Amino acid sequence: MTILVIAEHDNKTLGATTLNTVSAAAKLGADIHILVAGKDAITVIEAAGKIAGVAKVMVADNAAYAHQLPENVASLVASLVLQQYAIYSHVLAPATSNGKNILPRVAALLDVDQISEIISVESVDTFKRPIYAGNAIATVQSSASVKVITVRTTAFDPAPAEGGLAVFEPVATTYDAGKSSFVSEELAKSDRQELTAAKIVVSGGRGMQNGDNFKHLYTLADKMGAAVGASRAAVDAGYVPNDMQVGQTGKIVAPQLYIAVGISGAIQHLAGMKDSKVIVAINKDEEAPIFQVADYGLVADLFEAVPELEALV
Amino acid sequence: MKVLVAVKRVVDFNVKVRVKADNSGVDLANVKMALNPFCEIAVEEAVRLKEKGVATEIVVVCIGPSVAQEQLRTALALGADRGILVETNDDLSSLAVAKLLSAVTDREQPSLVILGKQAIDSDSNQTGQMLAALSGYGQGTFASKVEVSDDKVDVTREVDGGAQTVSLKLPAIVTTDLRLNEPRYASLPNIMKAKKKPLDVLTPDALGVSTSSTIKTIKVEAPLTRSAGIKVKSVAELVEKLKNEAKVI
Repeated sequence: MTILVIAEHDNKTLGATTLNTVSAAAKLGADIHILVAGKDAITVIEAAGKIAGVAKVMVADNAAYAHQLPENVASLVASLVLQQYAIYSHVLAPATSNGKNILPRVAALLDVDQISEIISVESVDTFKRPIYAGNAIATVQSSASVKVITVRTTAFDPAPAEGGLAVFEPVATTYDAGKSSFVSEELAKSDRQELTAAKIVVSGGRGMQNGDNFKHLYTLADKMGAAVGASRAAVDAGYVPNDMQVGQTGKIVAPQLYIAVGISGAIQHLAGMKDSKVIVAINKDEEAPIFQVADYGLVADLFEAVPELEALV
Repeated sequence: MKVLVAVKRVVDFNVKVRVKADNSGVDLANVKMALNPFCEIAVEEAVRLKEKGVATEIVVVCIGPSVAQEQLRTALALGADRGILVETNDDLSSLAVAKLLSAVTDREQPSLVILGKQAIDSDSNQTGQMLAALSGYGQGTFASKVEVSDDKVDVTREVDGGAQTVSLKLPAIVTTDLRLNEPRYASLPNIMKAKKKPLDVLTPDALGVSTSSTIKTIKVEAPLTRSAGIKVKSVAELVEKLKNEAKVI
């Protein structure tokens, strides 16, 4: 029994979510291999080899994998599992946009079901996962020959980034399906912390009224070392870009402190943040559902409360 | 070109579901059902492609019980031309659904298949990617923009860091994200017209697809609930609590 973890990376940096995924893999109690499929991802390969608990780094270096095109990467992963069928019992990836894009394709190529966004490992074949926007938790058991699983990374502590002594193995075969090509990307540039990794998250909703007003949250976040998120309402209204959305279909966060500003608290938003350790809600509507999950609620005009908060922290 | 849209019947997004007392699942008796929101966006995108003269026919397919014809009629009222129900009372896994859709794709030979990125009941986010694998097509998931030209489709995707654009050879699979479009409401005349549009009913057996699954749900529980905390009177009190009581700043 060996577990294959798909590394999350951009050819330069190993995504922190990989560490949480390794930690989920470690709970299965078997050897862990990591696949780094990319192009010239030397620093990523080195970082992957240092993760505590990783025995081997499989290195697939080819232009076909540079942008994580699923048509190519999924074929590569499926071939690794099929060629070494007796070895890989599980394939795990973080439930990031790459993981969610690639892994179901792997599962279908292997003709097995996938289990999405597990939040706990009960045994080698039994897992818990949220359904209905987290309003129910299902315990599911898989009898598949290979368990293909995405991991909700906020549910697992990161594995230590140092201390591993992995060996490296190049993967020679290349899969280029020729069905898709990368055109461009527009990635948000920010000096702030990544939303899913931050210890403090400050999020704004429709109550912010416009995109310009988010500057109040940025100032507060910078002072607190926090990341900035948003509700779907704020993203749909065009106040901020989509990569800031927290919720059922956006990013899932579980920071030490979540400050919801001008967010009413639809169940779809709560699904993305209710596992935060401490939740603060600032809203002028005292009936807002967000207060039902908040540890500390402040009924106030956010345009007065946020600058005051910034001055006091 | 022909566009195939796959839709799912799910609990209405406004309903807060309850877990059954025997932990066998979620109580769906007398609960309002609706077209999955992401599927509605998929139908809308197909209709817009037809309005632009890109699509010539929109076929909408649903895998589900007989009553799922309601959701197909909704899609037909929004502008789809023809419906297919693959009737089953079983709660199928994403892979089984993808296999059925793959069989329908083989029969219909569409140039583009549009699906919602995830269903708001099972929250799996798998079917489109699996269908792409089974049919051997390229996939543009979590789409916020879809542009068809000649023999390819450019799809702008919502990804963790922002947006990514990929170009796919047709035929291809697209799954929709929230910002792709804002679905229209069906007008009364269109709802009436939809009742007369053709709707075929097939079965998994007729399509020659086995829908067995390797996944078994052992139990379904309510999540740990958070109880409301306290209301603070001022920002100063909030900061004091965060520092001394919660110790998070």
